[in-house]
Amino acid sequence: MQEHDLSWVRTEMALAQAAPRSEVGPLAWARKSLFATPVDSALTIIAALALAWALPQMLNWAFFNAVWSGADRTACLTTEQGGFLPAGWTGACWPFIDARLGYFTFGRYPVDERWRVILCGAIFLALLVPLLTPRAPFKRLNAILFFAVFPFIAFFLLLGGYFGLPYVETPLWGGLMVTLVISYVGIVTSLPLGILLALGRRSKMPIVKLLSVIFIETVRGVPLVAVLFMASFMLPLFVPPGMTFDKLLRALIGVALFSSAYMAEVIRGGLQAIPKGQYEGADSLGLGYWQKMGLIVMPQALKLVIPGIVNTFIGLFKDTTLVLIISLFDLLGTVKQSISGDPTWATPQTAKTGYVFAAAVFWIFCFSMSRYSIYMERRLDTGHRK
Amino acid sequence: MASQEAIRASEPAKASLLYDPKVRSLVFQAVLIFLLILGGWWIVDNTIENLRRSNITTGWAFLRGRAGFDISDRLIDYSSDSTFFRALVVGVLNTLKVAIAGIVLATIVGFMVGIGRLSNNWLIRKICTVYVEVFRNIPPLLVILFWYQGVLAVLPQVRESIALPFTSFLNVRGFYLPAVVWNGSGLMVLGGLAIGVLLSWYVARRAYARQMATGHSFPVLWVSLALIVGMPLLAYLLSGMPATVDYPQKGNFNLTGGFNIKPEFLSLFLALSFYTASFIAEIVRAGILGVPKGQTEAYSALGLRPGTGLRLVVVPQALRIIIPPLTSQYLNLTKNSTLGVAIGYPELYSVGGTTLNQTGQAIEVVVIFMVVYLSISLVTSGFMNWFNNKMALKER
Amino acid sequence: MKNVLTVALGVTALAFTASVASADTLSDVKAKGFIQCGVNTGLAGFSAPNDKGEWTGLDVDFCRAMAAAIFGDGTKVKFTGLSAKDRFTALQSGEIDVLSRNTTWTVNRDTALGLNFAGVTYFDGQGFMINAKKLPGVNSALQLSGAAVCVQAGTTTELNLADYFKANKMEYNPVVFEKFEEANAAYDAGRCDAYTTDQSGLYAVRLQMSAPDDHVVLPEIISKEPLGPAVRQGDDKWLDIAKWTYYALLNAEEAGITQANVEEMKNSENPDIKRILGVEAETKIGTDLGLDNAWVVNIIKATGNYGEIFERNVGSGSPLKIARGINALWTKGGLQYGMPIR
Repeated sequence: MQEHDLSWVRTEMALAQAAPRSEVGPLAWARKSLFATPVDSALTIIAALALAWALPQMLNWAFFNAVWSGADRTACLTTEQGGFLPAGWTGACWPFIDARLGYFTFGRYPVDERWRVILCGAIFLALLVPLLTPRAPFKRLNAILFFAVFPFIAFFLLLGGYFGLPYVETPLWGGLMVTLVISYVGIVTSLPLGILLALGRRSKMPIVKLLSVIFIETVRGVPLVAVLFMASFMLPLFVPPGMTFDKLLRALIGVALFSSAYMAEVIRGGLQAIPKGQYEGADSLGLGYWQKMGLIVMPQALKLVIPGIVNTFIGLFKDTTLVLIISLFDLLGTVKQSISGDPTWATPQTAKTGYVFAAAVFWIFCFSMSRYSIYMERRLDTGHRK
Repeated sequence: MASQEAIRASEPAKASLLYDPKVRSLVFQAVLIFLLILGGWWIVDNTIENLRRSNITTGWAFLRGRAGFDISDRLIDYSSDSTFFRALVVGVLNTLKVAIAGIVLATIVGFMVGIGRLSNNWLIRKICTVYVEVFRNIPPLLVILFWYQGVLAVLPQVRESIALPFTSFLNVRGFYLPAVVWNGSGLMVLGGLAIGVLLSWYVARRAYARQMATGHSFPVLWVSLALIVGMPLLAYLLSGMPATVDYPQKGNFNLTGGFNIKPEFLSLFLALSFYTASFIAEIVRAGILGVPKGQTEAYSALGLRPGTGLRLVVVPQALRIIIPPLTSQYLNLTKNSTLGVAIGYPELYSVGGTTLNQTGQAIEVVVIFMVVYLSISLVTSGFMNWFNNKMALKER
Repeated sequence: MKNVLTVALGVTALAFTASVASADTLSDVKAKGFIQCGVNTGLAGFSAPNDKGEWTGLDVDFCRAMAAAIFGDGTKVKFTGLSAKDRFTALQSGEIDVLSRNTTWTVNRDTALGLNFAGVTYFDGQGFMINAKKLPGVNSALQLSGAAVCVQAGTTTELNLADYFKANKMEYNPVVFEKFEEANAAYDAGRCDAYTTDQSGLYAVRLQMSAPDDHVVLPEIISKEPLGPAVRQGDDKWLDIAKWTYYALLNAEEAGITQANVEEMKNSENPDIKRILGVEAETKIGTDLGLDNAWVVNIIKATGNYGEIFERNVGSGSPLKIARGINALWTKGGLQYGMPIR
């Protein structure tokens, strides 16, 4: 019996060995994530070749070959086109953006009054940033200021005509400013309208339900362009002779109605996810309909669908470009007008430069919104997990 | 409000009626209907007055009038002598053409990119992510303008056309392909095609039944392919080769003859497909991630290869998650085809706009827009619902 | 209830900007203190915002002249940029008081669309422009068979184009754009062989090309395009003002009254000039129109006579350099004929 001699049992932990050479380092990473199978290798090589072909061209166009300063079109023309650049040159014409930046931002808003737009933007940011920061205090006050008070401030500040501010008519508005005004109004009006429609669609009153369904499905079934078209051509027919609506107001009505239908569907999804017990609980407490919805159901439902709401906002923001079709000049509209209506900057590169600039601006806005939505989703998700 | 107060005043004894939810809801709905009728009447009244003032006649008679304008991209015969109605039909067909083509390409690209985002290959994964993030966050109108600008800038002038195989050409006026011209009737060939499709459907059914019964598989794909290609070919040879090919030739300005895919269509089609594909990719990714990991492990345990397993186990389950949001993307693509108006593609909205401007019939044109787009939406979602029910989990 | 709704909607509309059109446009305009004038969103020479965002052009100056006639001040006018599509709706609905947007005078528009044209401020005709560098040897529109032609949607141009090619038994490929700028850009990118619009427009478009000197305007004029300002039907007084503002501009040119010499001309002994300028004793011409008797003086001070407006915006004083041609006065072989102010 050699019971005491269990020497084959280790008494101390074995020292960790370095991973085999073939499993670490960049080479192993490349083998695992780039050349795992023959198909993978082929794909990687094709993709790499495509990138090697496309990336330098893009970078050259946007940066290394681009023109960065100049006073007019001659700066961006090749010798055969009447400029000084070597024949066959292609590259971005950035001075065009620089020269037109004011127009892209404010449209034809009078130069002396542009401080009003800037001030308005500053107030907007000052209210928006704390509203979006979860830890910032005074959320309720902040929200009231942002959604209920700010519209009035913006209205008087941008339009003027009161308190000694000169009146600036809306046809002069344009550029990024119009994009933001339409998005803001669309967002602020579509949320409450969407909530009402969603409640209407789930209402027990047959007529209310029917009307909500008809409205939501009709609006969702037709393109925004057709809705805007209606707002701009039919509205004048619907009102008494002589009463006219401002063109921007027509676009705002169209956009608000359109996005409220989409918003209603998002919110309906949230309402459906609330367990029946919550409704019954509210009923058993003796709460009325609006108390039940306002205090128990909506807060939970809205929280659930925040990502969906933000996605609708992103869609709305992108859709503002369509007002171009009814001759309102948002950011894309001003860019487009400058590209083809301005002899000072007519070059073969102007269009590309302008569109790249507009795309970059829209991208920054939409991408940050979607990132924020993901961030909120994560935050709220942890709150829900047991 | 007034009616509620009336109730309170007239029947003080039954004040509790005010708190009866049924009465409340009835009153509320009655008020709503009243307001709606009032609003509707106000609008109709104003509209009639406005139309009378501006001397605009209403009705559909204008549809029979001579259109007077030309449309270059058309699927049916049309000239400036045709009626407005025919012009609108050309528009509807163009809308359907770009929508269907766009849906097909968007689905293919979307599935590829969506699966690519889950690939083990780092480079492919990153490229797919960048693609999705770039396209998703740019307005579709801008994407379309960019493609149009890009297509026009990249393609060469007519004189420097790029010659492609089968005497097709690519230049700034579009893509020129040889066209098949039927002398006499191509009905035989069409019939052959129909018979081929029917036969292969039958073969597929029989093969499935046999596999269920005996476990033996049958090469359905190759047989169907042979049938679908072979039958029309046979019919073509039997009927004495009734077709000639019309090759594009250099004309005075453009290439003439052949079949021309216009750059407007090409850019709208590509832009809508690539834009929508970025959304479809996300839907596909979410769908595949939504299939529990156990399923993947299960098919591996059964010894299926990844490709087969993905096809037979994962994708059918993922489809259930994918189809509803996919439907709304298809609808979005169809609706976004209206943006073709910005690059001169003659779809319904563009033709309708021209019609409106020539005739002043705003209401009728808007009604046509509504009816057509709503029907397209209904048909598409109807089809997708049918497909969804077919794919739905059948619990026994 | 109807009133309540009307008021509620009206207040919303007024909150932005609303004009109330009635049968008496002149009183309305006087009450609000300015004319609302519909112009093209951007057509060099006719109406386009300059670098400072001020509207300039021949159509714009006509509205200024009307403002000067009414208020004695050519700046009391506001402009609304309109597309070809929404211009008539805007006028019918009362959004604008006068439409001065290179609009062709046709019988259909005069009757069915409810407009009244005040005159022809520019006699135009539709033409073609091609890129001579790419198409050497083409010097007539009749050689354009098989060409792709860029054109703007919803204009008489589109219809004339179809008729012209049909009449001459030629084939063509129309590429139709919603907006002027889109058509320009596509033509510049080589999408089309030819570009068609009113000849004056072609000169304006040419300037916006990346290589203007490569493009030539072909000699054929395929249609009559009398462009002029229009007002709503059913207000004769307002139509009179528009009409006579136009004639005043022509009469002033004929009499040699210019922006520079209008003050001295007031002391002229010539009875014609005295009558035109309203310095004749006991004159009632201005007041009969509902205006001040010095209305012509005000117009000329604000914009100059027709010739000056023409040369400044589209003629030798502008980048367009269009010759007077048929737009010269009748005394010089043109078609511009001002009815006598008497």
